[in-house]
Amino acid sequence: MNPTQPRWSSEDFWKKVAIWMTAGSFVILILLTFDTLSKTSVGGKRVQAYGVINKDIDYRFDPKRNRYVPVVGGEAPLFGKALTEAEAENLVTLGKKTIQAKNCMNCHTLLGNGAYYAPDLTKSWLDPAWINESNRENLMLAFLQHPEQNARTFGTGRKMPDLGITETEARGVVAFLKWMSAIDTNGFPHNFKTIKHQGD
Amino acid sequence: MNLGVIDNAQLNGGQKLAVKYFTVALVLFLAQMLFGLLAAIQFLAPDFLYGMLDFSVNRMVHINAMVVWMLYGFIGAVYWLLEDESGVDIAGLGLGNIAFWVLTAAVAVVVLVYLFVQIGPGDDMTRWFINEGREYIEAPRWADIGIVAVMLVFFYNVAGTFSKGRWSGIAGVLTLDLFALAGLYLAGMFYMTNITADQYWWWWVIHLWVEATWEVLVGCIMAWSLMQLLGVRRKIVQTWLYIEVGLLFGSGILGLGHHYFWIGTPDYWFSIGGFFSALEPIPLVAMVVHSVYDAGVHKFRSTNHPALAWVIAHTFGNFFGAGVWGFMHTLPQINLYTHGTQWTASHGHLAFFGAYATINIAFFYLAIQKWRGNVWMGEALPDNGWKWKWSLALLNIGVLGMTVALLIAGYEQSFVERAVGGSTWEGYFAAQAHPWFQQAMFWRLVGGVVTLIGAVLLIWDLLTIGSEETRSAPLLREAAGR
Repeated sequence: MNPTQPRWSSEDFWKKVAIWMTAGSFVILILLTFDTLSKTSVGGKRVQAYGVINKDIDYRFDPKRNRYVPVVGGEAPLFGKALTEAEAENLVTLGKKTIQAKNCMNCHTLLGNGAYYAPDLTKSWLDPAWINESNRENLMLAFLQHPEQNARTFGTGRKMPDLGITETEARGVVAFLKWMSAIDTNGFPHNFKTIKHQGD
Repeated sequence: MNLGVIDNAQLNGGQKLAVKYFTVALVLFLAQMLFGLLAAIQFLAPDFLYGMLDFSVNRMVHINAMVVWMLYGFIGAVYWLLEDESGVDIAGLGLGNIAFWVLTAAVAVVVLVYLFVQIGPGDDMTRWFINEGREYIEAPRWADIGIVAVMLVFFYNVAGTFSKGRWSGIAGVLTLDLFALAGLYLAGMFYMTNITADQYWWWWVIHLWVEATWEVLVGCIMAWSLMQLLGVRRKIVQTWLYIEVGLLFGSGILGLGHHYFWIGTPDYWFSIGGFFSALEPIPLVAMVVHSVYDAGVHKFRSTNHPALAWVIAHTFGNFFGAGVWGFMHTLPQINLYTHGTQWTASHGHLAFFGAYATINIAFFYLAIQKWRGNVWMGEALPDNGWKWKWSLALLNIGVLGMTVALLIAGYEQSFVERAVGGSTWEGYFAAQAHPWFQQAMFWRLVGGVVTLIGAVLLIWDLLTIGSEETRSAPLLREAAGR
């Protein structure tokens, strides 16, 4: 090193800075990862147990947290049949695998991530598009199996293609969507009026 | 030397392999644009190819072709500079050649399955053999394993060559970065039902590739090309490289948090993600300063004007596309309304092009120059170099046009769908049907067509530039006595 060169402009100094900044950031990320994974495990406060599909789910504004939060209510078993936690997990898992196998994410978004050609599915279980809660499950099953005949394009002409989803798979997908709607997503989407609050 | 004629004898071992990677990269670049155009048309005419090549298929091929051609470009660039930088012959070149053919065959099979099988039943076999259904890393699991195997060979080529030759500063950063890049891919290779944890790890791959390890990789490539193109002193580019690495990793690793606002992860990511991702543009400013300063100090004297122009385009594109466009929607206060809208697509188009397509194109020009016997590609080209200049202009104008159009669509969505419509399906479709959105999508398509024309011109230029040339490029570095 040139003796007159200040230390801050030397190659060696910046090499050390690069190493320390990289290593330091990575260590912090690892620590945060452990914390985040423990706080987002299934059955915790942020990500509900799969058995939540036996419950009534809503999404309301919480003035204390100043954001929208999922609200889990009383018994409301999916398809009218209460499931054990293991049965619920199997059904939701089938739904998740179907959602990946049918490549849903390359038109829709899930938790806001994906393509932007079709609606976000984060709170789709609660969407007012299903008109009323009593017939929602039937509409969803029919739509998933025969999307063309049951298309609701809201004037855009965009229709979901027939993806060969079986009835069993469709039940799994509905279970997955119901479970996902109960995840605490820090208030995203904002100002979302659920099927229960259309008149509010 | 055989001036003006494409001849493998003018290349070293790594460079012979590099031009294979570059050739496939260009084919995939065209595929990326073709399927992007089909998807763009479907926004305007939803019945176009409906039931045959649905939007999901076109969009998947569009983004996968992009990821893969960029990786091909990077791998090619590294093979290109490996022997020059290390001062020795490549270690395990035969193995590297086999890996190229294995990877290319795997990519071909994956694309054919995407196009002709498309989807499968909701079981594990679909994820293993057809499509994993996770954006950007849709490749089925068998291909993931193949990709990791090929990456190990590539890593062995790089680390093995530097170990027996010279360990320069660039070599050290490059080797460690490739190790991280390959290791991160593993984070995307398992199934989880818990979608919050699933997306947590998925972003490790996507973000820590695109906003961290890829950036450092192109930093290494650019450092080497500045020495090559302008004869910049090694000490200067390496010091800059370390500064960039410190700033890129220092902001980019924890900047990962800006993907953790809304997926079910804890609140503290608002502060961490917002703060560190807001710093992400800083190293990109440093890169602009660095390249413009060096080019100015050396009075833009270069034997390869197209490559130098694309390197400069890279630094500006990286800064605007990744830096400015990323910053615009990275804070949670705005991201609540922009998340999951065309804002992201706008940012994606300018960032991937500006940061990565540009530097790859610069390398294609370096490669063709040497492949033709180190011909002159500086000023006063026979036809005034109109092809490279026009393709540079058309590609940049086309991408910028798409970016601005998508940004307008994103603004409109944020207001109509999110702020007013409360993000219901009705709100979503109200925004999609709105004339402002439709007009934006029309102009996006126009931008796409301009980009495609630019790319065709680029390929024509790459095939012809220097073919009539009789002047040899003086080696600037030797002339300068360095």
